Amino acid sequence: MVKPEVIKVIDYTVDVAVIGGGPAGLAAAVSAHEHGAKSVVVIDRNSWLGGILPQCIHDGFGVEETGTSMTGPEYAEMYIEMAEKQGIDIMKETMVLQFDKKREITAVNKKGLHKIKASAIVLAMGCREKTRWNVMISGDRPSGIYTAGVAQAFINLYNIMPGKNVIILGSGDVGLIMARRLKFEGANVLGVVEILPYASGLPRNVVQCLEDYDIPLFLNHTVTCIDGKERLEQVTIAQVDGEMNIISGTEKKIECDTLLLSLGLIPENELANNIGIEIDNITGGPTVNQYLETTLSGVFACGNCLQVYDTVDVLSADAENAGRSAAKNSAIQKKDKKIIAKIVPGKGIRYVVPQIISEPGKVHLTLRVEKPGESSVLHMVAGDKEILKKRLAWVNPANMIGVDVDIPHEVLTSTQNLEVILVDR
Amino acid sequence: MTDERNITCIVCPIGCKILVKTDGAQFEIVGGNKCKRGIEYARSEALDPRRMLTTSILVNDGEWPLVSVKSSKPVPEEKLFSVLKEVGGTAVKAPVKSGQTIIKNAANTGIDIVATKTVLTKEVD
Repeated sequence: MVKPEVIKVIDYTVDVAVIGGGPAGLAAAVSAHEHGAKSVVVIDRNSWLGGILPQCIHDGFGVEETGTSMTGPEYAEMYIEMAEKQGIDIMKETMVLQFDKKREITAVNKKGLHKIKASAIVLAMGCREKTRWNVMISGDRPSGIYTAGVAQAFINLYNIMPGKNVIILGSGDVGLIMARRLKFEGANVLGVVEILPYASGLPRNVVQCLEDYDIPLFLNHTVTCIDGKERLEQVTIAQVDGEMNIISGTEKKIECDTLLLSLGLIPENELANNIGIEIDNITGGPTVNQYLETTLSGVFACGNCLQVYDTVDVLSADAENAGRSAAKNSAIQKKDKKIIAKIVPGKGIRYVVPQIISEPGKVHLTLRVEKPGESSVLHMVAGDKEILKKRLAWVNPANMIGVDVDIPHEVLTSTQNLEVILVDR
Repeated sequence: MTDERNITCIVCPIGCKILVKTDGAQFEIVGGNKCKRGIEYARSEALDPRRMLTTSILVNDGEWPLVSVKSSKPVPEEKLFSVLKEVGGTAVKAPVKSGQTIIKNAANTGIDIVATKTVLTKEVD
């Protein structure tokens, strides 16, 4: 009889363990160390740090944070250097399999199985791109269909061209940036197809990635069919009405060998889900309090696994909050926290993070509105008491709004719900 | 000045459509900008449009096959593809350090091409 091989188990104890070494994980780790956590470990399944940033070779990163426009790799290296200087432990090519309610992480890499006991855990797993199956495009299943981020990795990291004649579905910033990138590398970009009546990406990218190179933008259009035996041969696009129903008779076939999908991002939370951490249906990320602590005590969340951010600058600032909270959580014996109040997204508001207020005081809210508008007022109300009133010259669902609010103690003793609403002026 | 055109302002996410009159040397705002910041942008866009160029260059013997690069300054728009052509014909040997100049005076623009990433030499097993 063959004896089963003995699996080598390596044990550690740390103050703060960060799962994910992208921008959020690095910012949280650096912040945790700065706020007193003595042993900090960052665990990432890739062979590099920085997550998606090394493939985002365009500039525009760090403008709000540092005042200079950096490329993705430059922004990543800035945080990697900080982490290295602080002596933060880095475990690359290491996959976290699970963690339990006592915050013991099980991870695996080539050296064996690792058990990491952490006083606090920071979740920073990032997000994944939506695929053709998230939007159910009918037709064949040929090669030549990629998510925009995968095509970006092919071109910018691995020197592989995904194709020659390209259609892009979705006008988010990644899709727009890929249109220009493909053009630079000699591909023929036939058009960007967007189901909404306006581009989802920044005007800057519409101008500098499409208009500069006369790449057509088909608004109020979507891809309705994919044809191809081995390789993609053609897609059908069609116009949609105000309810996003396809208008029959508007179908148009476009010959192409490549379809890039830029359909949006989904926070990656299998680890959080498995242990029963509550997930917000709208954000797709864990429900958190103002310290970005999830419903499991001592476990914090930040970055794109908490909510999908517009810019890395804002993401890093929130991740620092998570890192600081994690450091404090590991330093002091925590008292039992009860939920004091919930933040409820009301009229005109899609979501608000954090969802829970567990202590009075200054709170930073990030939120998104439901539809574009001008001259609006943002309110936070508790019963009949107004806690916040802020005028906004314009709002757009694509632009996350950040706002600070001071929540007084007496409000929390009298109500369980803090409603955030947007009204026209 | 006969040529009227719309310029989409990129200074903030509102993206005002600024209508300008220009003949390439003279410039006048007709309207459309919600704030003053758009005026300077529209002027440079009408008279001397420039773009930061970011792309990648082949690396020999590196841990990665490419190194990402940027232009040291914004490149005049009409020169973008000349610079790209020179970039395409260039290869560097690892190691490359972020900030290192890869091409000096690319396509006679007076602008350099600079690495934005550190690529170490590939470890041989």
